[in-house]
Amino acid sequence: MARKVPEIAATSLADIAFMLLIFFLVTTTMDVDSGLERRLPQWQEEKIEDDTQIKERNVFVVLVNRNNDLLVENEYARIEDLRERAKLFMANPYNEENLPEKEIKEVPFFGSVEVTKGVISLRNDLDTKYGTYIAVQNELVAAINELREELAKAKFKKSYSNLQKDEQKAIRTIYPSRISEAEPKGKNYE
Amino acid sequence: MSKFRKKGGKELPPISTASLPDIVFMLLFFFMVSTTMREVTVNVSQKLPNATELSKLEKKSLVSYIYVGEPKKQFQATFGKAPRIQLNDQWANVGDIQDYIIAEREARDEADQKFMITSLKIDENTKMGIVSDIKQELRKSAALHINYSSRKKVER
Repeated sequence: MARKVPEIAATSLADIAFMLLIFFLVTTTMDVDSGLERRLPQWQEEKIEDDTQIKERNVFVVLVNRNNDLLVENEYARIEDLRERAKLFMANPYNEENLPEKEIKEVPFFGSVEVTKGVISLRNDLDTKYGTYIAVQNELVAAINELREELAKAKFKKSYSNLQKDEQKAIRTIYPSRISEAEPKGKNYE
Repeated sequence: MSKFRKKGGKELPPISTASLPDIVFMLLFFFMVSTTMREVTVNVSQKLPNATELSKLEKKSLVSYIYVGEPKKQFQATFGKAPRIQLNDQWANVGDIQDYIIAEREARDEADQKFMITSLKIDENTKMGIVSDIKQELRKSAALHINYSSRKKVER
């Protein structure tokens, strides 16, 4: 007759597992890295003055001063209103005189459509708070994203993020993300 | 009467702890899967700005981080309260960024180099002056794809 094997004590297993658990709790972080994705312009040795080449009606000027106030197209504005203003500027639905010009372009899926020539110009002061700057950037990016989303819904009856690569590209041609950042005031880069 | 009351009464059986390790292991696996290893100790205090139009950083291995913010309490005696730049585990100046980017680039595969992203983790109370300087340096070193690290804002 076989000898009865005594039961293995499992009480300390819990302690070992707890130890591991605490180790992982301490050494890891939970935060998901997410953020506002942007692309910087290429570095140019000599500064090219291209402001003169773009007509005034095609530029949406956003200034942020050292007190974190906003000046949009030469008038005070609030961050909350910025998104609507930027959307109106980029879309220009009624082809108004003071909003940007459009040019006819051949876009796949859409045929020839009018594409805006508008550029958003963002300029901040050296003493502007980073939080305000991100809030402004966020609103501008949101404006373009919303326009793209609306167009995707209208044309493909789908959300922009669910579209095919080439469909997304077509929409991106119609609503390009043209946010130019001027160098901040109050400093000379030699 | 004593017919119903047994002497000594029934003893409560001990609670079985055999399933405790299983529970703890479950917790352990949850934390192992949902968290990431901390790679650098951040020496600056940060409150990231809020934003809604977020995109996630997909490939952690292709991301290099730049931290900017007020030095933490224990460093304030040496470095003061002015916002400073931290690259990896070291304090740095604006001039060090180009070297840092080049070093980060060298460490990656050649095929992956063009997909590299620089994540800027900057405290929201930092002045834009230092941020602009960093951006200029990044442009000079051709690290054009950046990500302003921020938290999800709940839409009103």
